[in-house]
Amino acid sequence: MSKRFPTFRVSALVFGFAFLYIPILSLIVYSFNKSRLVTVWGGFSTEWYGKLFENTQILNAAWLSLKIAAINATGAVILGTLAGLALARFGKFRGRTLFSGMTTAPLVMPEVITGLSLLLLFVAMEQIFGWPSGRGVTTITIAHMTLTMAYVTVIVQSRLSTLDDSLEEAAMDLGARPAKIFFLITLPIIAPALISGWLLAFTISLDDLVIASFVSGPGSSTLPMVIFSKVRLGVSPDINALATIMVLLVTVGVVIAGILIARQEKRRQRDMQLAAAAGK
Amino acid sequence: MTALKAQAPHGQRHSAGAQLILRFLQQFPPYRWTQARLLRWGVRGRTAVVAVPYFWLLLFFLVPFIIVLKIAFSETQIASPPYQPLLQWAGENMLQIKLNLGNFMFLVQDNLYWQAYLNSMKVAAISTLLCLLLGYPIAYAIARASSTWRNILLMMVILPFWTSFLLRVYAWIGILKNNGLINNFLMWLGVIDQPIVMLQTDFAIYVGIVYSYLPFMILPLYSNLEKMDLTLLEAAADLGCRPFRTFLTVTLPLSMPGIVAGSLLVFIPAVGEFVIPALLGGPDSLMIGRVLWTEFFNNRDWPVASAVAIALLLLLVIPIVLLQRAQGAEARGAHR
Repeated sequence: MSKRFPTFRVSALVFGFAFLYIPILSLIVYSFNKSRLVTVWGGFSTEWYGKLFENTQILNAAWLSLKIAAINATGAVILGTLAGLALARFGKFRGRTLFSGMTTAPLVMPEVITGLSLLLLFVAMEQIFGWPSGRGVTTITIAHMTLTMAYVTVIVQSRLSTLDDSLEEAAMDLGARPAKIFFLITLPIIAPALISGWLLAFTISLDDLVIASFVSGPGSSTLPMVIFSKVRLGVSPDINALATIMVLLVTVGVVIAGILIARQEKRRQRDMQLAAAAGK
Repeated sequence: MTALKAQAPHGQRHSAGAQLILRFLQQFPPYRWTQARLLRWGVRGRTAVVAVPYFWLLLFFLVPFIIVLKIAFSETQIASPPYQPLLQWAGENMLQIKLNLGNFMFLVQDNLYWQAYLNSMKVAAISTLLCLLLGYPIAYAIARASSTWRNILLMMVILPFWTSFLLRVYAWIGILKNNGLINNFLMWLGVIDQPIVMLQTDFAIYVGIVYSYLPFMILPLYSNLEKMDLTLLEAAADLGCRPFRTFLTVTLPLSMPGIVAGSLLVFIPAVGEFVIPALLGGPDSLMIGRVLWTEFFNNRDWPVASAVAIALLLLLVIPIVLLQRAQGAEARGAHR
């Protein structure tokens, strides 16, 4: 079966990738359209990019979203690494079942429920403790960290569970303290997983509309919230220009990160092989 | 330690920086004070590693649900916050609990909510089936491609997933609307002379969900199909089985865990979806995520919104438990 020319499989791939990529390509093509009517071609123009960079509402929202995404990703990586380490390396501990349930549940929880429940928590906390006073950047960051740490936990946990722990054991036998083992051995090995976790947490936060809408306050509209309110009224070409810029940035970022991680992985495997060969 | 460094030259490259951080931390008085204090209480580093994310999740994930449950049982009032407390001091030392089932009764009695729940389930089920029909051939083709192609194709499946979900849904408005890409193309071909209304219909919602969640279906299917023992197919072929029959009797049953995991990964978020019906669906396309949003933001009825959330969660408990079991089985299978 595999010897025949795989017509069916090739056509499945062509059709599938056309479905996945034509909408994105159409966004990009029509961002260079002169006509305001987005889908009617009126000649090549870059005027919507100019309009985009004059729109302070979008620029401010983009800056706010980037800030939240960066803080969120850093926090999520720290929390997610701790949680992943606990789940992959600590064996059984009291409350493990509840803990592992709580780390995976945010992944499948509908966003409307997560958003609503966190907002109600923030309101109740403000009533009782007086913190957080009002809602804004802090509450959005906390909400995003709760969601994205779950992704980082899964990544770190699966990386650690496929990892041979003989290096860590050797260090322990030689008398290294657990914290030292973590910083000198475990952390450098799982660094690629942490980078992809950080990037994932960053993009999820940058992209989130529903949770941010629930927990944000007046004056803290994130980029997706601004886009949503504009897009709801119909298509607008400057959003196409924004989409094009974001797609290009993400593509470049993902490709570079992919190459770096692959190279790092290759180097690590070569080092391991060299070490194994030297040990013989 | 020297033996260890020889074994892991890669770890050594990072060690200088890490050692510096560690040494800095240890010099830092609050660190030593905290360490000493925690040790006196019998808290070891290990406990602290678990405690920090544990406490975070308890506070920001579990407690919020208890609050939602509490508010779902409380009465609406026009004030800030717009609900009445559940526990009240009645008289001197009497704690009174006021459980209000009215919000749930309201959900049961009003046809709108029933329709929204049923419609959400229907839309999610049909979209999941469409995702499976579209995703299976793609996953199959990727799994049977040569190893160099495989990585490129996988990257291409994941790449749209990294770009903004909201903007990808927005792209479909331009494609589906009356003077959009598809209608313009068909009218240019002369197939139709009146635009077909596609935007603001259920069809648009299906397209949006299938488009957005297709990678969720492809990835688990791929990882299942890729692990499959190909000698089984050869054995079937040697015994004179036709390729299509081999697919039905060997490949399909063996890929069942992948089908289950992928379907649940599409179905669960699709039921509670808000963005896709809000942007692509019409005003009458009721989905429960959108109803919850409207109750909360437009009607400002927090107790009813909470009751809708609890009901949605109850609806999703079975698929979520199934998913966790499927993933647990998958993880155990991988370790074997």
